[in-house]
Amino acid sequence: MDAVTSAPARIILICSGKGGVGKTTLTANLGIALARLGERTVVLDADFGLRNLDLLLGLENRIVYTAQEVLAETCRLEQALVKHKQEPNLALLPAGNPRMLEWLTPEDMQRIVAMVAERADFVLIDCPAGIEDGFKNAAAAAREAIVITTPEVSAVRDADRVIGLLNTRGVAPVQLVLNRVRPKMMASQEMLGVDDVTDILALPLVGLVVEDEQVIVSTNRGEPLTLNGNGSPAAKAYQNIAKRLRGEDIPLEDPSKARKGLRARLMNKIRKTTGLF
Amino acid sequence: MTLFDFIQRLLGRQKPSGTMAKERLQLVLAHDRSDLNPELLEQMRREILEVVQRYVEIDIEEGDVSLETEDRVTALVANLPIKRARPLPALVAAAAAVGMAQAPDPEAPQELALPLACEPTEDPSPAAADPV
Repeated sequence: MDAVTSAPARIILICSGKGGVGKTTLTANLGIALARLGERTVVLDADFGLRNLDLLLGLENRIVYTAQEVLAETCRLEQALVKHKQEPNLALLPAGNPRMLEWLTPEDMQRIVAMVAERADFVLIDCPAGIEDGFKNAAAAAREAIVITTPEVSAVRDADRVIGLLNTRGVAPVQLVLNRVRPKMMASQEMLGVDDVTDILALPLVGLVVEDEQVIVSTNRGEPLTLNGNGSPAAKAYQNIAKRLRGEDIPLEDPSKARKGLRARLMNKIRKTTGLF
Repeated sequence: MTLFDFIQRLLGRQKPSGTMAKERLQLVLAHDRSDLNPELLEQMRREILEVVQRYVEIDIEEGDVSLETEDRVTALVANLPIKRARPLPALVAAAAAVGMAQAPDPEAPQELALPLACEPTEDPSPAAADPV
């Protein structure tokens, strides 16, 4: 990473309201995918009380300093940025130490993000769950946002609250990632459909990630799916989100309507009318 | 899906749960977004009906005031089938007679009953009574 920057960095908040819908997994995978596309990317774990981004990236043993020491000027920014071994375009910056629970303010966040943005093309801020102080701090420096949700009533409701808050803060654009999509359940209308969620939340969709067991495997290993380029459906979905963020036109296909052959279409029809399979 | 659910669905007795999820969400989000709880909405509904009733005779059974939301904009939608307009003298009398003891319309809830100075002249036309 060098200090010469042409275009201003894209500063994107990754948030959801509800916990456990896939914020940190998205941040880790998107960070790797963007770095692979040649973008200098910094992922900032704003959830310093319960930080986990280091674990998903396999960097948990390499954190020495955090944004807190940088702001206190006890270390330089370069010392606090943890470079990813296999993907040197990606660096992790934890906001703070889990033991210090009260130090971060929105102004701190703006200062540290401004410093990081000078040397990056993309800054991804992994937001804590909830809509209280943690969210307000994380959102303070964001210019745009990705709201991630799953097709479940509680996650969609919480996402709606967060979208309302982002709108009043003037964060734009706000785009949507729908995670843990189960095409079969959607096709039989036993789950909120892709259109249902986009209708309700009225956000442009930037990604659809199908439920994929490989996500758990990759989390266990501390190697995001996008790192090893295996062809899992979720890896593909994360890569496509990265490309769309860079302005590439990659069509989004609703997996519950995707099957095309005559037989598949017939099966879809039967499934829809009967709710079987 | 169990066989029982499947049969229910075939008979059209049960909606798929995804549809129920959408309907429930739309309702709860309309309330979340407007910060109106069901109790306040019910109070507002009663007051709106009361005001409208002063000017026109409405079908209270069919009347519906609800919050609807589309594209993040929440609207208060009132659907009040009008039986007929109240004649002008009746309106004047109604204004004058507020507080006067009078037999309330047995169809209407007590708090919605307003003094009626005119006797019903004709049956409401079926078309007018239909909700739009």
